[in-house]
Amino acid sequence: MPTATYAGTNVTVNDEGFFTDPDQWRDDMAPEIANAAGIDTLTEQHWQVLKFMRHEYAEKGTGPTVRALGRTSGISIKQLYQLFPKGPAKLAAKIAGIPKPRGCI
Amino acid sequence: MADNGKIEKVSIVISKGSLEGIYPGLIMANGARAEGMEANLFFTFFGLDAIHRGRHEHIKLATVGNPGLHLATWAGGFPGVSTVMTQYMARKMDKLDIPSIPEFIEMIADTGAGLYGCQASVDLFGLTKDDLIEQVKDIITVGEFYDLAAGGQIIFT
Repeated sequence: MPTATYAGTNVTVNDEGFFTDPDQWRDDMAPEIANAAGIDTLTEQHWQVLKFMRHEYAEKGTGPTVRALGRTSGISIKQLYQLFPKGPAKLAAKIAGIPKPRGCI
Repeated sequence: MADNGKIEKVSIVISKGSLEGIYPGLIMANGARAEGMEANLFFTFFGLDAIHRGRHEHIKLATVGNPGLHLATWAGGFPGVSTVMTQYMARKMDKLDIPSIPEFIEMIADTGAGLYGCQASVDLFGLTKDDLIEQVKDIITVGEFYDLAAGGQIIFT
């Protein structure tokens, strides 16, 4: 199982770079993962999405798809794609340390 | 294509006007954007109905000549059957949180995908840009479509 180091700690990730154990994630790792994914700064809105992703994962066992994100996170689809240009659900899941959400819509 | 073989851009053609003929293209476009790929949607022939102001809320399921539906042709041909089946499908989709065609297309436009109408089909059906929804970026020719699609994959539905 491949590993990565964020904020000085070693974590296990899968081939695509998603956390295999969400409990290994800590807040201070997010900026580093975001940087590697091409996002320079995490604004308050970014954090709103990240918190939402972890909350949904904790409640439902899986992260939300983009549509669910647009509906319930309080941030519109347009804004989501501005915050996370390369796929909001996928990118936010990676930065929030949860597995990639599975869903077609 | 990226070094690791991943697709980076898709241009999807939607040429049919039935419910089951339109949805796959939309799901592929939305899915592409969710994966961080660039996406374009090109509506031609009866696919124009999906972006037509007066028609996009009335897209029906094909109940005749649709072997996949497992409905006898004589049964599918009765007045109202198509409407009833469409409503039945719409309810099932709603339960799965699959958006209606107008909502889906608006959502796809919000993700930043490009929506285009086919010039030849628009001429054929005597339409103008005003007949189409506001999210349509432009009405383009097939040559312009190929220019737009350059460097990516083309998917015909």
